Amino acid sequence: MTMTGERLFEGADWDFRTLQRVHDACEEIAKSELGLDVYPNQIEVITSEQMLDAYSSVGMPLFYKHWSFGKHFAFQEASYRKGYMGLAYEIVINSSPCISYLMEENTATMQTLVIAHAAFGHNHFFKNNYLFKQWTDADGILDYLEFAKGYISHCEDRYGRHAVEHTLDAAHALMSHGIDRYPGKKKLDLRTEEKRAGQRRAHEESAFNDLWRTVPTGPAKTRAALTAERRRSLLGLPQENILYFLEKTAPRLQPWQREVLRIVRHIAQYFYPQSQTKVMNEGTATYVHYRIMNRLHEQGRISDGNFLEFLQSHTNVVFQPEFDDPRFSGFNPYALGFAMMQDIERIVTEPEDEDREWFPDIAGKGDVMGVLRDVWANYRDESFIGQFLSPRLTRRLRLFHLHDDPAETAGIRVDAIHDERGYRRVRRELARQYDVGFIDPNIEVVDVDLEGDRRLMLRHTVVKGSQLVETDARRVLQHLADLWSYDVVLTEVDTSDRVLKEYVVSPRVLPAAVA
Amino acid sequence: MTMHIVDRRLNPGGKSLENRQRFLRRAKALVQGAVKKTSQDRDIKDVLEGGEVTIPLDGMDEPRFRREGGTRDMVLPGNKKFIEGDILPRPNQGGGRGTGPGEGDSEDAFRFVLSRDEFVNLFLDDLELPDLAKRKLAEAESEGLHRAGYTTSGSPANISVSRTVKLALARRVALRRPRPEQIAELEAEAEEADEPRRSELLAQIAALRAKAKRIPFIDPIDIRYRRFETVPKPVAQAVMFCLMDVSGSMSEHMKDLAKRFYMLLYVFLKRRYRHVEIVFIRHTDRAEEVDEDTFFHGPASGGTLVSSALQAMHEIVRTRFRPADWNIYAAQASDGDNMTSDSLLTGRLLTEQILPVTQFFAYLEVGEAANYTFDMPDSSLWTLYERLRNDGAPLAMRKVSERSEIFPVFQDLFKRRGKQERATP
Repeated sequence: MTMTGERLFEGADWDFRTLQRVHDACEEIAKSELGLDVYPNQIEVITSEQMLDAYSSVGMPLFYKHWSFGKHFAFQEASYRKGYMGLAYEIVINSSPCISYLMEENTATMQTLVIAHAAFGHNHFFKNNYLFKQWTDADGILDYLEFAKGYISHCEDRYGRHAVEHTLDAAHALMSHGIDRYPGKKKLDLRTEEKRAGQRRAHEESAFNDLWRTVPTGPAKTRAALTAERRRSLLGLPQENILYFLEKTAPRLQPWQREVLRIVRHIAQYFYPQSQTKVMNEGTATYVHYRIMNRLHEQGRISDGNFLEFLQSHTNVVFQPEFDDPRFSGFNPYALGFAMMQDIERIVTEPEDEDREWFPDIAGKGDVMGVLRDVWANYRDESFIGQFLSPRLTRRLRLFHLHDDPAETAGIRVDAIHDERGYRRVRRELARQYDVGFIDPNIEVVDVDLEGDRRLMLRHTVVKGSQLVETDARRVLQHLADLWSYDVVLTEVDTSDRVLKEYVVSPRVLPAAVA
Repeated sequence: MTMHIVDRRLNPGGKSLENRQRFLRRAKALVQGAVKKTSQDRDIKDVLEGGEVTIPLDGMDEPRFRREGGTRDMVLPGNKKFIEGDILPRPNQGGGRGTGPGEGDSEDAFRFVLSRDEFVNLFLDDLELPDLAKRKLAEAESEGLHRAGYTTSGSPANISVSRTVKLALARRVALRRPRPEQIAELEAEAEEADEPRRSELLAQIAALRAKAKRIPFIDPIDIRYRRFETVPKPVAQAVMFCLMDVSGSMSEHMKDLAKRFYMLLYVFLKRRYRHVEIVFIRHTDRAEEVDEDTFFHGPASGGTLVSSALQAMHEIVRTRFRPADWNIYAAQASDGDNMTSDSLLTGRLLTEQILPVTQFFAYLEVGEAANYTFDMPDSSLWTLYERLRNDGAPLAMRKVSERSEIFPVFQDLFKRRGKQERATP
């Protein structure tokens, strides 16, 4: 253990040289001891006023203009000024360089905590988690936002603020259904395609057998069924990315409107990994700051007093109220994530028999950081909890599973608790709470009536009897119909194909469509 | 690896300002309604203060596909006594906690804080100076200079160098003036060259030199001057006369009503003019100019002679506020009592001296709280003013007896009129 001993700072005051020293000290620990791999860091010092500004544009340093951001700003400002809400100590942006905003009001200890947390914890997670690698382009995002902002304000000048606002409203309403959930097929280039076609022909020739010709093919499909099939495959249906479908196929959209839909879709896609990795992302960052701060304290680079200050805010951050506590509002991702990371550390270093049984791959492996880095790279919340929530942690948090079936008049059933029998069910249900496949309603575009009135047909597959809220659904469908510019039909269907409800919405006359 | 620290604290703030303005514009009707409702319960001084308003979220919501109902499964922390298979009674319907915090009731109404300017702007948004004022406004103008393109003549101080050089360059290119580099090149070549070629080059150089001399670098026809036009500039200052009857018949309540009206008028004028002065004139049977405190609270008693106040105002206008330099507004508050013998003088003063120089003259007749306006018999002053108005005098007059009537009356007086209405004087 190196006892460098020299304090990074004394007291609460800091200046830019302090930040640099803190960053370098954290970097040394992060790289040599934790083996983190991060984007270059950019640390920006901002005021609380600017922090509020950043809140209202989803944390991004630049964003296009829209009234809804103003609404959020007004709301947040009101609750901040009345003291209902504190401000975050930092905001970090998944970009390269990785930008962390630090508030000027923070003390030196808090700045150290925030640098360790955001500039190393989140940064490593952004750079290494498979979802972020697959879906986001850290190098390009700021340029893209710059383009989006410019493009939208240009559209406003050209086509009128009202028309642009209307299109954006509609796109925002459908934002949660503007995401590709699976990576699409890569388009082959001509050469590969030719090669593949050649191979296929060669295979057909080598496997030719005249006998196949005589095999009966079954009843021929009717003409109508064939055209429907052909139409649907031409339109790429069924399609769950509604914004993508509209951008590519809505018949009467102006080119600029398609581009606006595309921008909203791209931004939704950029945030898609973040919504799937809240527990992991915060867990990683919290675990990293905890390790770094402890190490700095051991090295004597942070005084005992400052360390206590850190411990206090750390404890606040990872506080998890119990379900019957008035402060309870669901799981705190920091608390759950940090507890799981620490639990994995325990399993890797000091496993018990139970852990060996459940986690044979990692129990007693010894290399904590190796295991954690692998976990951070290859899981999202749902799979992470489904894989690594241990029986011991389930007991410590005293987790239990409630099953609320409205048909059951007696009440809500306690389905499983933190015992041996209930462990797997509790773990599976908790993992499911973080599964985006369950969180977002499953709505897809299924068909377009191309021969009739061009009505667009959507289908909501109802899971566990949970149907759409009617007022909101009508409003969203109104926006959808405005973009599609013909009627839109949404059918809610349960798993046995029984129709539960049908919405039909006609478009309003759009200012842009008139032009 | 290098790390950058950027200090953003000095960056201009208010990045969300435009988004906020868009939000307010979109929610305008709702916010305006809220502002008016809020301002009715407020003390007049606080009208200026901005503050929190609550608007319904109708039309301001951002809809999303949401689901509810059905079978729900949830995992919670902190089990104390439940064992598998227990049946728990449902919490009261509607008060359930599973609905997601922040989505329930907070969606119905939306609270936020308006700044003072936003508040006043929204409050006065659909009001404007009445037409008669605008007509006068045109007369009370001063002149200002304004850039108006370029001209071929002017004073040397106004030469536009960039425009001149641009034109000169265009002319030189068009006339193919030889470039100095071209000549220098030929000269260099001539130095090297042998005899027959050399004299040929020299002749060429001489021709080019002559041509360059004929086509000057800058010709007088290239020169352009910045042109200025004088434009009428509206006078940016206004004076507001508050005239009030303070005789014994005016109760505190009446004074309060008058005060509210004056305050509103002040806020309104303040928004239109850079500089607004207020003159307080109180009168019984004689008038005096006083400060604000005395105006509203100072004790006074005596009879009532409205003409004395008008006379005082006329004096002050004559000595201190030249109508050419000032926009003059006047608001008179009274309970309507006046000596009958004073009517003639009052009428003459008003039509001949006061109205010709003022943009706007409003008369506010204040009554006791219990009296409803339609019950009040027309007072002597009201009768007089009404007769004047019917004769075509530009007078605005209203009766008020309740605090809550002040805002409607004020808005009614300054309401933005339709185009047709505006055309008629």
